[in-house]
Amino acid sequence: MSSSPSLNTWSDALSGLSIGWFPLGLVIIAAIPLVFIALYALTYGVYGERKISAFMQDRLGPMEVGFWGLLQTLADILKLLQKEDIVPKMADKFLFVIGPGILFVGSFLAFAVLPFGPAFIGADLNVGLFYAVGIVALEVVGILAAGWGSNNKWALYGAVRSVAQIVSYEIPASIALLCAAMLAGTLSMQQITMMQAGPGGFMHWFLFTNPIAWLPFLIYFISSLAETNRAPFDIPEAESELVAGYFTEYSGMKFAVIFLAEYGSMFMVSAIISIAFLGGWTSPLPNIGGLELNAMTSGPVWGAFWIIMKGFFFIFVQMWLRWTLPRLRVDQLMYLCWKVLTPFSLIAFVLTAVWVINH
Amino acid sequence: MQELGKAESNSIRITRQDDQRVTIEKDLDTEHMVLSMGPQHPSTHGVLRLECITDGEVIVEAEPYLGYLHRCFEKHCEKIDYPAIVPYTDRMDYLAGMNSELAYCITVEKLLDIEIPRRVEFIRVITSELNRIASHLVAIGTYAIDLGAFTPFLFCFRDREHIMNLLEWISGARMLYNYIWIGGVAYDAPADFKKRVAEFVTYFRPKAVELYKLLTENEIFVKRTKGIGIMPADVAINFAWSGPMLRGSGVKWDLRRNDPYSVYPELDFDVPVPDGKFSDVGDCLSRHLVRALEMEESLKIIEQCLDKMPEQQGFDPRAVIPKKIRPKAGEVYGRAENPRGELGYYIVSDGKSTKPVRCKARSSCFVNLAAMKDLSKGQLLPDLVAIIGSIDIVLGEVDR
Repeated sequence: MSSSPSLNTWSDALSGLSIGWFPLGLVIIAAIPLVFIALYALTYGVYGERKISAFMQDRLGPMEVGFWGLLQTLADILKLLQKEDIVPKMADKFLFVIGPGILFVGSFLAFAVLPFGPAFIGADLNVGLFYAVGIVALEVVGILAAGWGSNNKWALYGAVRSVAQIVSYEIPASIALLCAAMLAGTLSMQQITMMQAGPGGFMHWFLFTNPIAWLPFLIYFISSLAETNRAPFDIPEAESELVAGYFTEYSGMKFAVIFLAEYGSMFMVSAIISIAFLGGWTSPLPNIGGLELNAMTSGPVWGAFWIIMKGFFFIFVQMWLRWTLPRLRVDQLMYLCWKVLTPFSLIAFVLTAVWVINH
Repeated sequence: MQELGKAESNSIRITRQDDQRVTIEKDLDTEHMVLSMGPQHPSTHGVLRLECITDGEVIVEAEPYLGYLHRCFEKHCEKIDYPAIVPYTDRMDYLAGMNSELAYCITVEKLLDIEIPRRVEFIRVITSELNRIASHLVAIGTYAIDLGAFTPFLFCFRDREHIMNLLEWISGARMLYNYIWIGGVAYDAPADFKKRVAEFVTYFRPKAVELYKLLTENEIFVKRTKGIGIMPADVAINFAWSGPMLRGSGVKWDLRRNDPYSVYPELDFDVPVPDGKFSDVGDCLSRHLVRALEMEESLKIIEQCLDKMPEQQGFDPRAVIPKKIRPKAGEVYGRAENPRGELGYYIVSDGKSTKPVRCKARSSCFVNLAAMKDLSKGQLLPDLVAIIGSIDIVLGEVDR
């Protein structure tokens, strides 16, 4: 729980704020990221995906509900809420109901350690990075429960594929993140970000301060696509093979929760990659001579702005890839993980270690 | 070591070691799972049902079940007049209605032995080649969807829309045209038809290249299709394959060249056959490649037809259409190169009736699909999807 004192004054003041026994300030600090995520994931993530895919495909996308279809997602949510909540007769009711819940919790718990600015952080754990990587693995349990509980052959295929994929890709992803942890010398998300802050803006980011970081950066980005089941690794939910994969039988709000969890984890991995390699909430603008661009664009609000922008950028790249590339096959996916990414991540690990020792 | 016996389909093995000890080995018990793929499944292209016996993700056997879209085409034909059958042929291969009509009409014309005006021949070839491009665009687009790429599909449909507009303009319908009639066509081509088709050709050329770069040369796409579902040329011939499927196996067989009809002998075009450099001959990629390259050949044909088509003021394409079609007694088999292969009609006339005694359609999709069982044996589930997509079936023609 250690951050630099200057940055903490702001958040200390806020967390000291309370009405009687109720710690209002702490609740606000913890709630802001989550409220943002809920808003983002429910409306603008889905809306953005639809618009971006539409523009890539010579279409307009949603245009009817609200100006330029801005309220389309809201209308969709209302529709999903009104739908009958169907549990198939032969399904394992407990697992079927609990599956989306675990999935949702797994993807949203990681937001607790994401620093959205010098002050906005749910919990600045000293093992933040480790926690974020570990808690995501909970999603696997949810997917397996959903797939097995559905009592549907397609859902089972999807669940088994998904578990194999997510568990495998956790290895290169974790090793790649360890490189960043080594460069920073800490596992705390806030500390990793602080290590990359400075008057030079982007020149202090790990991606640019050393010659090896691009390798773990790329490895983590590819693995994160696989971990969030995004194309070209959307094999667990491959709609042309497995109908809809592990959520074939879901409808209504349970489907929406799975959907929400997917967009939540999309933002989560995008935020983690920005924190580990692209300086998290630090401003990319450098101070040029007397022009104090970096100082002007730093601070609590700017911090939140920058990390959200960086997150959106990676989400855009994810969508871009999704709407461009075909899907890999299961064995090719495993080949890529075990024979390409894992060895290269180990190489990156050793090279980073050598670099850290020599500097 | 001597094997004494096996039991329960190889899962128990009893062997005697060199020192006379007997060992009994038992494998892990596994069960095959029966997976019903379809009739409502995203990648079975309609209402095909595949009953797959799977061992994990490996297909042990896949048996296609047909008939969900059976509409008694052949029985209907025995009750209606020759010209009235034309709209029914549209509904067989609904993605290439013009080609189906052309195949039927040249068959009946063979039986009637009548002369077709030259302008009509060119209109027929232009419309059916346009329809061939449209059909290949759907085939390529849906194949991309099968392999998980959504964008090429919409690019294909954007370009197909222009063809649909052209065909709607000339015939009044977008899919089920009823345009090519026995002895002629329903209407003459509109005044600006040549100009707008030429515009389409210049528009479409770069788009076809773009599609080729986006999809066909894509690394993941090649990985998913190269070496999958290989069909050797001799087996393909034994299965009576035709069209892009047979050409994908390396056999240069195109009815427009090998059994020419209409004005095709006058036209200069290639029959693309994979050479084995980019793809393994006979695999899914080869079949896709043939379709992708054929679109360019169709464009060439259209361009030449536009040059050669005679201009005739006040031309009446219905002038030579016989009022009452009553062919002399006999039987005839006529065939044409459809986007999916050889579409043939076998018609028997008794010489008295205005209705055929028998009208049998030789459907290319149905024949091509027959090899499904052999192609899918031992493949992975995602490869099965790739194979079904590469066969490019239209269930309307499979079931008739």
